[in-house]
Amino acid sequence: MNPAPSIIFFTTVSGMGYGMLAWLGLFGPLQLLSDRPGFVAPAMFVALLFIAAGLVSSTFHLGHPERAWRALTQWRSSWLSREGVAAVVTFVPALIFAFGWLFIGEASEVWGLFGLLASVGAVVTVYCTAMIYRSLRAIPNWHRGMVVANYLLLAAASGGVWLNAMLLLNRIERPFFTAVVLALVLLAWLSKILYWRDTAEPAGVSTAGSATGLGRLGRVALLETPNWEANYLQKEMVFHVGRKHADKLRLIAHFAGFVAPAVACAVIWTDVGWMNPVLAILAASSITLGLVTERWLFFAEAKHAVGLYYGVDQV
Amino acid sequence: MTDLPERAPEKRLGLVIDLDTCVGCHACAVNCKEWNTGGYHAPLTDEQPYAAGTDGIWFNRVHAFEAGEGAAGRTVYFPRSCLHCDDAPCVTVCPTGASYKRAEDGIVLVDEDLCIGCKLCSWACPYGAREYDASAGVIKKCTLCIDRIYNENLEEVERVPACVSTCPANARHYGDFNDPDSDVSRLTRERGGYDLMPEMGCAPTNKYLPPRPARKGGEGGDEVLADAESPGGVLGWIDRLLSA
Amino acid sequence: MASTASWAHPAAPAETSPHVSDEVKYTTCYMCACRCGIKVHLKGGQIRYIEGNRDHPVNKGVLCAKGSAGIMHQNSPAKLTKPLKRVGPRGSGEFKEIEWEEALTTASEWLGEIRKDDPRKLAFFTGRDQSQALTGWWASQFGTPNYAAHGGFCSVNIAAGGLYTIGGSFWEFGEPDWEQSKYFIMFGVAEDHDSNPIKTGLATLKARGAKFISVNPVRTGYSAIADEWLPIRPGRDGLFALSLAHELLRAGKVDVDYLIRYTNAPWLVIRDEGGAEDGLFARDGDGNPLCWDRNADAEANARAPGVAPALKGEVTLADGRRAVPAFQLMAERYLDAKYAPEKVAREIGIDAATIQRIAAEMARVAFEEQIEIDQPWTDWTGHRHEKMIGRPVSMHAMRGVSAHSNGFHTTRALHLLQMLLGSIDVPGGFRYKPPYPKPAPPGPKPAGKPDQVTAGSPMGGPPLGFTFGPEDLLVEADGTPRRIDHAFSWEAPISAHGIMHRVITNAWKGDPYKIDTLFMFMANMAWNSAMNTTGTAEMLTDKDPDTGEYKIPRILYVDAFYSEMVAYADIILPDTTYLERWDCISMLDRPISGADGAADAIRQPVLRPDRDVRPFQDVLLDLGFRLGLPGMTTEEGKARYPGGYSDYIVNHERTPGVGSLAGFRGVDGKSEGKGEVNPDQLQAYIDNQCFWRHELAPDERYYKHANKAYLEKAARLGFIPAPEPIVLQLYSEVLAGFRQAARGHGPVQPPDRHRERVERYFDPLPIWYPPLEEQASEDLEQYPFHAITQRPAAMYHSWGSQNAWLRQIHAANAIYLPRGRAGAMGIGEGDWVWLISRHGRVKARAKLMEGVNADTVWTWNAIGKRAGAWNLDPNAPEAREGFLLNHIIDELLPADESGHRYGLADPVTGQAAWYDLRIRIVKAGEGEGDETSPKPAPLTPPPSVGGRVGRLDYGADFRRRRN
Repeated sequence: MNPAPSIIFFTTVSGMGYGMLAWLGLFGPLQLLSDRPGFVAPAMFVALLFIAAGLVSSTFHLGHPERAWRALTQWRSSWLSREGVAAVVTFVPALIFAFGWLFIGEASEVWGLFGLLASVGAVVTVYCTAMIYRSLRAIPNWHRGMVVANYLLLAAASGGVWLNAMLLLNRIERPFFTAVVLALVLLAWLSKILYWRDTAEPAGVSTAGSATGLGRLGRVALLETPNWEANYLQKEMVFHVGRKHADKLRLIAHFAGFVAPAVACAVIWTDVGWMNPVLAILAASSITLGLVTERWLFFAEAKHAVGLYYGVDQV
Repeated sequence: MTDLPERAPEKRLGLVIDLDTCVGCHACAVNCKEWNTGGYHAPLTDEQPYAAGTDGIWFNRVHAFEAGEGAAGRTVYFPRSCLHCDDAPCVTVCPTGASYKRAEDGIVLVDEDLCIGCKLCSWACPYGAREYDASAGVIKKCTLCIDRIYNENLEEVERVPACVSTCPANARHYGDFNDPDSDVSRLTRERGGYDLMPEMGCAPTNKYLPPRPARKGGEGGDEVLADAESPGGVLGWIDRLLSA
Repeated sequence: MASTASWAHPAAPAETSPHVSDEVKYTTCYMCACRCGIKVHLKGGQIRYIEGNRDHPVNKGVLCAKGSAGIMHQNSPAKLTKPLKRVGPRGSGEFKEIEWEEALTTASEWLGEIRKDDPRKLAFFTGRDQSQALTGWWASQFGTPNYAAHGGFCSVNIAAGGLYTIGGSFWEFGEPDWEQSKYFIMFGVAEDHDSNPIKTGLATLKARGAKFISVNPVRTGYSAIADEWLPIRPGRDGLFALSLAHELLRAGKVDVDYLIRYTNAPWLVIRDEGGAEDGLFARDGDGNPLCWDRNADAEANARAPGVAPALKGEVTLADGRRAVPAFQLMAERYLDAKYAPEKVAREIGIDAATIQRIAAEMARVAFEEQIEIDQPWTDWTGHRHEKMIGRPVSMHAMRGVSAHSNGFHTTRALHLLQMLLGSIDVPGGFRYKPPYPKPAPPGPKPAGKPDQVTAGSPMGGPPLGFTFGPEDLLVEADGTPRRIDHAFSWEAPISAHGIMHRVITNAWKGDPYKIDTLFMFMANMAWNSAMNTTGTAEMLTDKDPDTGEYKIPRILYVDAFYSEMVAYADIILPDTTYLERWDCISMLDRPISGADGAADAIRQPVLRPDRDVRPFQDVLLDLGFRLGLPGMTTEEGKARYPGGYSDYIVNHERTPGVGSLAGFRGVDGKSEGKGEVNPDQLQAYIDNQCFWRHELAPDERYYKHANKAYLEKAARLGFIPAPEPIVLQLYSEVLAGFRQAARGHGPVQPPDRHRERVERYFDPLPIWYPPLEEQASEDLEQYPFHAITQRPAAMYHSWGSQNAWLRQIHAANAIYLPRGRAGAMGIGEGDWVWLISRHGRVKARAKLMEGVNADTVWTWNAIGKRAGAWNLDPNAPEAREGFLLNHIIDELLPADESGHRYGLADPVTGQAAWYDLRIRIVKAGEGEGDETSPKPAPLTPPPSVGGRVGRLDYGADFRRRRN
């Protein structure tokens, strides 16, 4: 699949935003974070900014952004529509919760209920996002439960890393939270390793033989494409990424997306004093870079069945 | 509607494509293009029509494959267009209701006025049936020539999809798969019409007929002609023929 | 019926009955040579849709990719818009726009001077011309023999091979009996003339379960759907056919009755070694050929009804000479063990068992599965037959046979096979399309002899025709060619279509004389229509160092598009498209008949040109009038056809009662074939969807060469001179006559240096020899691969590249290599390779495939374009990656012992032997870039040629109108 920058940006940044929101909405009411306005205001702001920026960027790849509202209508059948609805709906408790926390100074009680609702909304939204991909049979790499685990864990981990950084920037030490984040980074890593392991070789769900029905005649090989230069389908869905290039990027994703943030969290947990915020910021930057790389690969390495009509042997 | 029709469509209109006679001439593809560039989805925009990077919208594209090796193998031309699936994922993923499957005949259509151009339907379709018109910002696709097959401004015999009416090799057939006596049902039955990628679970309406097996002898037991009995030398048999 | 829109189901019901068009006009397609009937839907002055005409005899409603892309042909930005005059050096493409009056005045001044001096100094060559009845007549009126169309580099081997043998031909003067044939063999056919009928026919055959065999080095297109594909080595079809003949003869599986009744197999051939008539037919005092009547045991007029001719046995004629039936010569030749399958298998590339089996299958179908139609008919002798008996084996052949230097004899070999099987114009066999069959060979003879060419006068006959013997050649007393293309000379005595591919080389050399003006129409001779493309461009721009003048002093060119050739002309006369003009597809030229009926057709203008262009035929008639050519000028000095081509189509009579169109003649419009001029004829055609067809009666449909009812009708309609039977020429006395001249007999003999060649290749029975390129190359092992081209189904010649839709399909071409051989050379998919012939090298991208003969590589023809030509962006793939094999094909063979260089052509017909090419393949180096080579400098279209759009939204207007 063509790794379109707007979709990569959208899924990673809004994922981080929803991750942050989920932690804020869950741990805020439980008083596990901090009520200090110097933390709450920027944290809520950044979370909502990430979410909003992601959503806005997701409209960039639309042919008709002005009609984006129509995407809210088909929630009964479409995961994309459900994602849109969930995203919009989540804003309501999120904003109320933010208002209460910031202006009333109260994150628990009734306001906390909104926090929990926002947290649930964030999880549901990311789940919907994941389901958009997971539901596509035409892309066997994606048509697997691990995609949902990836999206949820990556959002939780990256949101957590960012939130941890914001806590530490305010010199608020929360070793418990750091430990939770560390655990999530490791879980996310595990889920991604499992995804990459499962998709290392094409699953052979479909082949040029099944796509054409000619498999019974022997090995099926493309002789001529219908058009000499690449068409929309090829440009959008038959993306080739070189093996060496992919390996390099995967190394970056492993290191920047998981190893570096995990090590940073572990070190922060042991408390290295003034280095804590520095490491937290580095962890946040690193996991962002790692996730963008991971997301690029998620798209670029996904083999769409239509490729079978354009020279791909199996998907 | 984005939901698939609740009940099975009354008619299941679609195509049968005969890979045994398709010679890969692209007639269907180009005639489709010319009908449809002025039709329901007009225009089928072409980018860079006279330069490098030329790329246009086509609802029907003809691929060529080789199956098997050496002289024993086959070259098979393979026209590919929307299969108007019974279980069309392109419809259910649509967030706006622009993509829908008609309850009356099973045709999968896009209402361009509702399409936001998210392209997700094109991702959902394993068959590459949907194309994105960047200039219009919408997805366009085969309509089974919905503006021909019911068109009262056309003579009755012309009310078939453009690709079917133009195919010189009689490799495309159109009809109602719900009617067991239709050409398409009969051909599917008699010639072993099959689904593309059944594993995708889309239940395509269109069927493909496989190439007939190669015929390299064995019929009539022909192997080598026997020498004419020729008592009168090499031309003796002529004498006998003429004097008979 | 439609669902109503709601929040959950918002889609509006689709409009299912939109208005389609304001107007529908019928005309004839010209996106290739197939001439299908089309219906053009117009809406708001634009073409809404072009579809096949259901009622049309050629395509019966279907339409191919090319025809369907007619909209983009009309919409092309490569259209010329105004007459142009060269202002820069030739080839620079620097032009200024001029008015028509200036252009026509200039042209008529040039031509007028020539005509007064020596009309031969005009070389008038038309390319894919469908108005040769007009253009040939115009040349004749002008007085120059130097005229031809593109047949010489296209298909003259098939045409001449057929016309000299059976009085018809594969290609377009005949067709397989698609409805009844049970066994069909196709030799060397990719997309071709008869584009749609072949596709439809193959589907019909396959639906009936008939067996279809394709003999072709490449398994694409039609070959892809063959029941059996025989990957023959290029240039070996003739040997394959003769080996099949060997098998049939060996087994006695030949239709003796058919041979006796319809062929010259029983005719007695004189055996008189060293004598003047050796190899000619023995004839009686009236010139009738003789046979040996078995009943009378005496010689007899072979054409007399009731004789019982012998097919074997040497006899002594009344004059004491010995003679033997042609059949015996034939049988003895092909029964020779050298034609046995096991002897030839290796050469052909098809194993012996397969050859034997194919022969056995053919014999079984022909003789055990014969067709009998309960349709009485009467043969030319008056004998009534109760049934029509058919041998349902049919054949078709085209470019793969034609484009080899052994193509003429290969064609004859195929016809020989058909005769042996008795499958010519019988149910299930090959069938003639009226006005064929004609006598083999048909008339007329080519004009251009010294007494026929006079300054200021028309020539005494047509420039192209059929030679019957050495006396008909257009040569000087010393054997020097009289025509600039050397047609009808000893180098190519039966060059019935002329030799267009030699014109530029010869004119440049001044061989045999210098010309003044080269006048061309729709012939891309600076690119894909020329061999040695680079050399050709050099010849077009070469100057005489003494005078500073171009060696080809003046070039006048007519084209509708900015083709590669435009840059090399001095005056450009811009033509219309096929949708903007009148045309006739005439019985005098290449009509649209089918086996069951004679038919011709017209084109009518369906659009008015939106630019300052004129139909070529109008321009030609105007020029003719300006030159005062008698056929185009009345006695009062006025234009004879002031209405242009449409006026000519209706009012011109070739002979009394015979004009361009055979239908709706006579004052009442009811005469067919012959009849008085009907002033309303064109309207009658328009009312009949732009064609006319005369359906043959059931008893006229088969055995046309000997069918009394048919022959009488054909004579009545003017197809043949007299209702006489047409005898199939198993043995060609015409060829024997040329051979006798080479052996030193007769008043016209070849110069010594040609003798051996003429003697060898003018064998009266079909022969096979390796392609001349292979014979002439001393280091053939250096060039292990055959390299050939095919025409893609979706693109025709060069026209397609300016077509926005078709070029998306074929924007460039690759060289296809057999996968195994490529692997052995370390060449992978997409690698750049050099294709190297003895003449040069061209760089191409490799593609690998299974379905190709192991010694053969191939590519699509005429996809590569010169940068900037056809108003494509100079960086378009057509110029960057697309390539022409033409660059590495020499138009001449290597020098023989005497230093003479013959053309790379068939020695009988002069047909360009494109497919003789042999090459080696070398992987290109890493640093050699990713572009083709040679890549001549880009052309810049003149300013008057329109701009290119970056985005095309054809149809948006219709939508706006709809909303």
